[in-house]
Amino acid sequence: MVLGPWWRKNWLRVVVHAAAWVPLVWLAAQYAQGAFLVDPVREMTTFTGKTALILLVLSLACTPISTVTGLKMVVRVRRALGLYALLYASVHFAIFIGLDYGFDLGLLGEAIFEQRFVIVGFAAGVILLLLGITSTRGWQRRLRRNWKRLHRLVYVAAVLAVAHFLWLTKDPQEPLRYAALVAGLLLLRLPPVRRAASRLRRRLASRLERKERREPEAVTAPR
Amino acid sequence: MIGGNVVKIHPSEITPEHIYLSRRRFLKGAAALAAATLAVAACGPEGSGPTAAPTAGPGLVSPSLPAPSAETDELGAALTSYEAITNYNNFYEFTTSKERVADLAKDFRTSPWEVQVGGLAGKPRVFGLEDLLEFEQEERIYRLRCVEAWSMVIPWVGFPLRRLLEEVEPLSGAQYVRFETLVDPEQMPGQERASFSWPYVEGLRLDEAMHDLTLLATGIYGKSLLPQNGAPVRLVVPWKYGFKSIKSIVKIDLVEEMPVSFWMASAPHEYGFYATVNPEVNHPRWSQATERRIGESGRMETLPFNGYAEEVAHLYEGMDLSQWY
Repeated sequence: MVLGPWWRKNWLRVVVHAAAWVPLVWLAAQYAQGAFLVDPVREMTTFTGKTALILLVLSLACTPISTVTGLKMVVRVRRALGLYALLYASVHFAIFIGLDYGFDLGLLGEAIFEQRFVIVGFAAGVILLLLGITSTRGWQRRLRRNWKRLHRLVYVAAVLAVAHFLWLTKDPQEPLRYAALVAGLLLLRLPPVRRAASRLRRRLASRLERKERREPEAVTAPR
Repeated sequence: MIGGNVVKIHPSEITPEHIYLSRRRFLKGAAALAAATLAVAACGPEGSGPTAAPTAGPGLVSPSLPAPSAETDELGAALTSYEAITNYNNFYEFTTSKERVADLAKDFRTSPWEVQVGGLAGKPRVFGLEDLLEFEQEERIYRLRCVEAWSMVIPWVGFPLRRLLEEVEPLSGAQYVRFETLVDPEQMPGQERASFSWPYVEGLRLDEAMHDLTLLATGIYGKSLLPQNGAPVRLVVPWKYGFKSIKSIVKIDLVEEMPVSFWMASAPHEYGFYATVNPEVNHPRWSQATERRIGESGRMETLPFNGYAEEVAHLYEGMDLSQWY
């Protein structure tokens, strides 16, 4: 097949880019059809917020998944997932200020600064925006070592996003699931855990007697 | 999105049993009949017209069905559609998803049904649903304000709780009324969640319970309550947040001590006993200053006591409602 090698290298990126637009297209179609019958504002706010959180968690999961599986292509979709999280967070925010509050600045001021769930959500959004802007190669070069430090803020954004979810709901069950996921992913970033994970990968790899074994440096390489 | 708020209900073929009963009673008296014909748009919370006054609203022309006596509440706010009222429910006994309650509750058995009324009562007794429907049913158009900052305008059918309590003759020691929802995890899958302590319990101070606005509802839009709305009988206390209006009641007790409600037990620093609608007192985690009216776009300011201050503010004179939230 002509597209064989290219496809093998890039299929995950194609899938991620295609899949990430599905929720937005679906949302627009539902909205256009008037399918959100009862409380469209709440339904759309919840939907975009959850999508943003899921994409953010997936983006955070890339590094550990690649550490354990040794699949480098997983790391290659990390930035795209983060940027899509920013996209959905932006739509989420736009619905909040436009559809929900009708751009009423007086009400919005009170809504944003007097409710802690909004404050933390807003902060998470600002972090994502900052990371989105600096996600280019140019900024990577300009910031050098600081770029990595700056982009560790993504974990702060994830924690804030979970707190945002937790603080706005009467029923903590669902946000607590996300809290557990984010806590787990943070745990995986700890050096000892990380080393154990890559050891585990090597053991699995040798057990499976893979023909091509990657160098350990490549596996534990910083993002 | 929903645009206008014209009520569109297809008249049912079947007259709900409780309306049928109330109509029979109603037809006995010629005076009542005369009163009914005069009761046009008498929808104030204090002076509701009899349920059986048919008013020809759009799509509500069946003379056999008691249409809402008005298309708005006394403040001029349009009624929320029947569709929205019956498909957007907080009823954690079934699920925490508002959109899924209607489906999960559709096979809920509401007959036979009994409500034990007792405690500090001179004449405690068990009321079957048919006994409850013997009380004269009337329509009340009330705003419902959820603690989550959304609201609806609902044409309830029911009767003042006071009438039921007078039947059982409260004893002098009775200070509060305690309500309980059915516990039946087989029918109510949400009750299998151990993170909440079932049954759902609510309470009112006796004077709140005896207030004319406090309703035991058996219907909406002239139809029998559907399970998702708390069938067959629920409380409606329009000046308090929606969670006070306990659904599918099986037990009502007159008690001496302030009952601990479901939400007080679940999150004591967030939910108090009184829970009166108050734009000045925020929930610890979110603002109560504004609300979204279901079916409309944008936000509206929340009114003190949900717009019923004139009727109920005196009940709380001298009380600091930021303390007694």
